[in-house]
Amino acid sequence: MANITEALSLLTEMDTELLQIIGVTLRMSFFSTLISCLTGIPSGVLLGKSSFKGKRTIKKLTGTLMGLPPVVAGLIVYMLFTKHGPLGSLGMLFTVEVMVVAQCMLIIPVVINLTESVVRINASRLSETAKGLGMGKAKTALLILSENKHSLLSVVLTAFGRSVAEVGAVSLVGGNIQWKTRVMTTAIMLETNKGNFSFALALGVILLIISFAVNIIAAMLVKEDKQ
Amino acid sequence: MKKLLAVLISLMLIFTLAACGGNTDDDGTKTPENPVIRMSTTTSVNDSGLLPYLLPAFEAATGYSVEVQSAGTGAAIQKAKDGNADLILVHAKASEEEFIAEGYGVERIPFMYNYFVVVGPEADPAAIKDSESAAAAFAKIADAEAPFVSRGDDSGTHKAELKIWGEAVPDSAEDDWYISAGQGMGACLTMASEKAAYCLTDKATFLSNKADLDLDIILAEGEDMKNTYSLIECNPEKLEGVNTEGAKALIEWMTGDEASALIAKYGEEEYGSPLFYLIEE
Repeated sequence: MANITEALSLLTEMDTELLQIIGVTLRMSFFSTLISCLTGIPSGVLLGKSSFKGKRTIKKLTGTLMGLPPVVAGLIVYMLFTKHGPLGSLGMLFTVEVMVVAQCMLIIPVVINLTESVVRINASRLSETAKGLGMGKAKTALLILSENKHSLLSVVLTAFGRSVAEVGAVSLVGGNIQWKTRVMTTAIMLETNKGNFSFALALGVILLIISFAVNIIAAMLVKEDKQ
Repeated sequence: MKKLLAVLISLMLIFTLAACGGNTDDDGTKTPENPVIRMSTTTSVNDSGLLPYLLPAFEAATGYSVEVQSAGTGAAIQKAKDGNADLILVHAKASEEEFIAEGYGVERIPFMYNYFVVVGPEADPAAIKDSESAAAAFAKIADAEAPFVSRGDDSGTHKAELKIWGEAVPDSAEDDWYISAGQGMGACLTMASEKAAYCLTDKATFLSNKADLDLDIILAEGEDMKNTYSLIECNPEKLEGVNTEGAKALIEWMTGDEASALIAKYGEEEYGSPLFYLIEE
């Protein structure tokens, strides 16, 4: 209880550093979610509605990648962007951009897999309807998307949740640098390492409040769309 | 498929048996009543390999088994305050004295030391090489606004760094060159190497990671760079369930002749000079 009070007082105090950390967290999670969904949902729809050779292999592959430990994803991205690595000349290590790259590696397989399992249920029925109405391929895909929009919203929220809660990859490639790449999870890890356990817990409560707000906004958006 | 399964199961069995084997050592030593000692310590003594090097000798001699938890000094002390350790081995004098003043610790026993070093890119862009002290070197780094990676995590090393900065510690978002990483020593050294930055580190951790880093020791052994390690037994009157006998036995052994000889030798072969020095009484 004391932790919740501390969290609320932190929020109302509008501590500049805390606001800055929340800002970086939202920026990172927004772009990770956006990129993962823009690539993952179309791929998932394609995988769910059509049958082609190698489909099962792809499904197994994305299923396997869903279990990729965040630290391993972080390590791979780190090795790519390190000074002497293949992309080292870009000088992008320890930036928010490279944190987004690492997160996309983790989240895209999740989005593809979840989208596929959502779409699979009614894709063939919808495709037939679309065919009967003489719709093209693009319109069929749009129909499938809009018919499944509630389920797909939870796919998007899952992607966001995974992004906002992730710590292993972002601390490795982001470096948890104050004022630059520190996000809520790495700040929590830092406070834990400092021995400020109750402050760390208060930060955790704030992270939950943020997630709660995002969920409410998302639910509202879909509802408005319905009317 | 079945064959593969059989192979997997037999491998698992072998590993399980091998793991069990470790528990049945019959070398004649008496097992103490409470054989588990919980030691909360900082990353530098554990990551430099000192404890993994020392403790097997203690365990073989006494029959105790030591569970080492390593974290930054702040967390290491907090874990002990929460009753999750029997003794601590840390290097932050002010926090240690507070730990004892609050009644959690019995007595501070400084027993070994080494030096912090300032590491950086070989080119030494802020020209700190012949500085008299770390404080003078830090002033030059700030003047040149050369990149500097700070632990920023309340660890013993971070506290030592803050002490060297004194009033001049850069703490605003505008000080772009001052990178507060909030991570362990190894991660900070890696970051300093990536960013061609300076960093204050304990010598032991630097030398044991040196092979992977584009960094050199630029400044060593200034008067303000001494790094003292202490052992503190947790107070059984304040904390419940402390293995006092075990803690006393370990402290006695660590400050005794056998451990002293081992510590004085540690690192000599690999790095040409010892990583830790004993405090002569």
